[in-house]
Amino acid sequence: MEIYSLTLTQAREKLARGEITSLQLTEAVLFRINQVEDRIRAYLHLDREGALARAEEADRLREQGRAGDLLGIPLSVKDVLCTRTMPTTCGSRMLENFTPPYDATVIERLNQAGAVILGKVAMDEFAMGSTSENCAFQVPVNPWKEGYVTGGSSGGSAAAVAADECFASLGSDTGGSIRQPASLCGIVGMKPTYGRVSRYGLVAFASSLDQVGPMTRDVADCALMMNVIAGYDHRDSTSINREVPDYTRALVDGMEGIRIGIPAEYFGDGLDPEVERSVRRGIDMLREAGAEIVEVSLPHTRYCVAVYYLIAPAEASSNLARYDGVRYGFRDQDARTLIDMYRASRSRGFGDEVKRRILIGTYALSAGYYDAYYKKASQVRTLITDDFRQAFARCDLLVSPVCPTPAWKIGEKSDDPLAMYLSDILTISANLAGIPAISVPCGFSSDGLPIGMQMQAAHFNEEVLLRAAHNLEQRAGVVGTKPELA
Amino acid sequence: MEFETVIGLEIHAQMKTRSKIFCGCSTEFGAPPNTHTCPVCLGMPGVLPVLNRKVVEFAIKLALATESTINLENRFARKNYFYPDLPKGYQISQYELPIAEHGRIGIEVDGEQKYIGITRIHMEEDAGKLVHDDVEPVSYVDLNRTGTPLLEIVSEPDIRSPAEAAAYLRKLHAIVRYLDICDGNMQEGSFRCDANISLRPRGQEEFGIRTELKNMNSFRNVQLALEYEERRQRDILLDGGQVVQQTMLWNPDKGRTEPMRGKEEAHDYRYFPDPDLVPVEVDEAWIEAVRRDLPELPDIRRQRFMTELGLPEYDATILTASRELADFFEAALAGFANAKKLSNFIGTELLREYGPERITECPVAPAQLARLLAMADEGTISGKIAKTVFVEMLASGTDPDVIVKEKGLVQMSDEGELVALVREIIEANPAQAQQYRDGKTKVIGFFVGQLMKKTRGQANPQLANRLFQQELS
Repeated sequence: MEIYSLTLTQAREKLARGEITSLQLTEAVLFRINQVEDRIRAYLHLDREGALARAEEADRLREQGRAGDLLGIPLSVKDVLCTRTMPTTCGSRMLENFTPPYDATVIERLNQAGAVILGKVAMDEFAMGSTSENCAFQVPVNPWKEGYVTGGSSGGSAAAVAADECFASLGSDTGGSIRQPASLCGIVGMKPTYGRVSRYGLVAFASSLDQVGPMTRDVADCALMMNVIAGYDHRDSTSINREVPDYTRALVDGMEGIRIGIPAEYFGDGLDPEVERSVRRGIDMLREAGAEIVEVSLPHTRYCVAVYYLIAPAEASSNLARYDGVRYGFRDQDARTLIDMYRASRSRGFGDEVKRRILIGTYALSAGYYDAYYKKASQVRTLITDDFRQAFARCDLLVSPVCPTPAWKIGEKSDDPLAMYLSDILTISANLAGIPAISVPCGFSSDGLPIGMQMQAAHFNEEVLLRAAHNLEQRAGVVGTKPELA
Repeated sequence: MEFETVIGLEIHAQMKTRSKIFCGCSTEFGAPPNTHTCPVCLGMPGVLPVLNRKVVEFAIKLALATESTINLENRFARKNYFYPDLPKGYQISQYELPIAEHGRIGIEVDGEQKYIGITRIHMEEDAGKLVHDDVEPVSYVDLNRTGTPLLEIVSEPDIRSPAEAAAYLRKLHAIVRYLDICDGNMQEGSFRCDANISLRPRGQEEFGIRTELKNMNSFRNVQLALEYEERRQRDILLDGGQVVQQTMLWNPDKGRTEPMRGKEEAHDYRYFPDPDLVPVEVDEAWIEAVRRDLPELPDIRRQRFMTELGLPEYDATILTASRELADFFEAALAGFANAKKLSNFIGTELLREYGPERITECPVAPAQLARLLAMADEGTISGKIAKTVFVEMLASGTDPDVIVKEKGLVQMSDEGELVALVREIIEANPAQAQQYRDGKTKVIGFFVGQLMKKTRGQANPQLANRLFQQELS
């Protein structure tokens, strides 16, 4: 096996034992990127020189006896996280040439842990989308099948991890943007509890829903990444000051004493039969591992999409107001008056989906509509959160599919926003409730596309998710299966 | 028809915190453009606000001083609008749940006391400033002020005249200065006032159509603008016309209000709770701690000056017009215990040169003033000389003893020394002496004047009077 195909945990062990150097590892990954990037199209910005320099520095530090959780490990990050040394475009013309003056807290944490950040990967513009097709610069392609979507919005992260173009990536998840592409690309992706990981430097889409999380080749790698990025940050008022456990210790064999809830509402109409079969097989494996299975109900599930598509655009309409052409980012140079400059800069700088959501959100917050839309949605959000609280009184985690279908063809749904929104139906409730959720590969469709299982747990119960995901991984035998690429 | 004027004021007071409301940047005034900025107050992508707790403490102070109800849980909301001085495209303010509501402030106009209700007090961030080039058609953006903490204080429409508005404004100004939460500088814009004014036929309950007045950067301008607008609206109504609801700017040069230029767009600010900030929680223990630290407020101090020091209401009101003046007075009182004499001297000699707000600029220290009055009281110098010495003290800040000594101003109270001069003067003015002896005793003023001339004002006037009476009879 090529060293770029190792898991993060394996690569780390080899580095620790001195079997390889970070420079070798980084060169191997850069070689791999050269080899497959034309097909995958994950990287918006690749910093070869910087990565090699960081790798050499990591090797030097290791010689001096220094260690770090990610010392010398090549990673990628979604282009929504602010980096001082690389552009941060959010996949938008609006920020095409923008390099932030500061690093996001999670970037600082990666750097402190010694990571080698290779570059920034593609995403739907401002994280709005479910396929990454809304990226203004390039559309990443599913490593498992030419011409198929990676999912989104963290599609570049999922594709790069699945295609061995990095050992892990950081994504962001507002309504499923980590879990859904992880599922469609056959990798592990976790959305932590809201407040577990700092949002400082994560370019906001919907502030009350956004959360940064790891996208990795397996569950152990996910736990390791969580150890690095989780924790309180005084710069984020919504981050929570609570002790961070060693997540790698959560990977216990066996599911004895764990009760798994199956929400009937998550197995409804529109669920692809192959997906359902695969997930149900996964549930059987967890039962065999010792888990108890119970039926539960989340009665307000049917309102999730409606609630989400009011709250998220409402917050986005305000969060994206700062892109006005005055201080940074795209400015229309021909406009003659202030209002014209605003109008032209925003009309030309933003893509259609972003403008659609700004319009929806602006409408939902308007005088005379606020009570009927935003306020009502916030109230229903409380009911949805209550559903979960009641469910978690009866079980430790909830298991369901991640996405109703496996990956689809690029362009297939791009003219039908409503169909696209409905593909988020199983993932957005975790964001509305603020609970942690993970996507773990559990099988393949008949035409070889990955299928993921979603697990959700109560606030700050990431450990039970990691344990269950680890046990599924042990039994499903999916990890290690690689897409066939050049 | 007789009309009743209805006025409500909205006041923005800049808080005297060292750092901004949501980041660590300095709030200092007058720095080069855009030097007191960071990614947070510049509204860079991905940044988040973190609340400065000092601002909450200041808001609690003002809430307590105005008898307002504090909302133990209150929250920040976003006010969305586009303007180049607003980097995020929204201002973080408070909307549905402000920190305090339902307060009141007592005022007095023409001897009549009344309370003006306070609808709400809320915390918010200030915007930046646009600097328009004098020559080129270009505007620059200075974001130093962006994120400076403000308290907005909205009054009930309880104010019935421009004079009441001015009294309310002065009282609130005194309160924020007493609390030491705002420097109150209206010229620099750290204490700003907008007004709503309408007229209605006396007896009618429904409000008339109002206009909003802006650009009044002094107490005087607020009153003048309101008086002008009151007349303007009355004239329109008397002519059977209708007041147009609009924003007017006060033009102090022309002494009139003018409609704000350009079409005013009806703004829909799309307020919603700011998801980047958690609700602000205030508990009773915090409120009590702030209450314990509250300084004596103007009304209470005024009352104390009257009861403890026996000052007339007029004096007590003047002396408590600013915290600095009241502090100055009490510091001087420590060295010169006659409160009424001290008050008289401050009222006439000191306030003529330095108003209540500018007292800290006065080069004469309270102890120096006390010493001066003590010297006059014990007869070392005359009262008249004391005023002359004070002028000298104001100019140089020198101690009164030094001035009196250097200029030889010590009062002549030696009877032997003076009596020789008195006799000399009587001899030189036989006609006036005769007049006196004929019963025109008023002429004694002439003699005392002559003596003062000879002694350069140093003769003890009481003694001089007695000696002339004695020598002329």
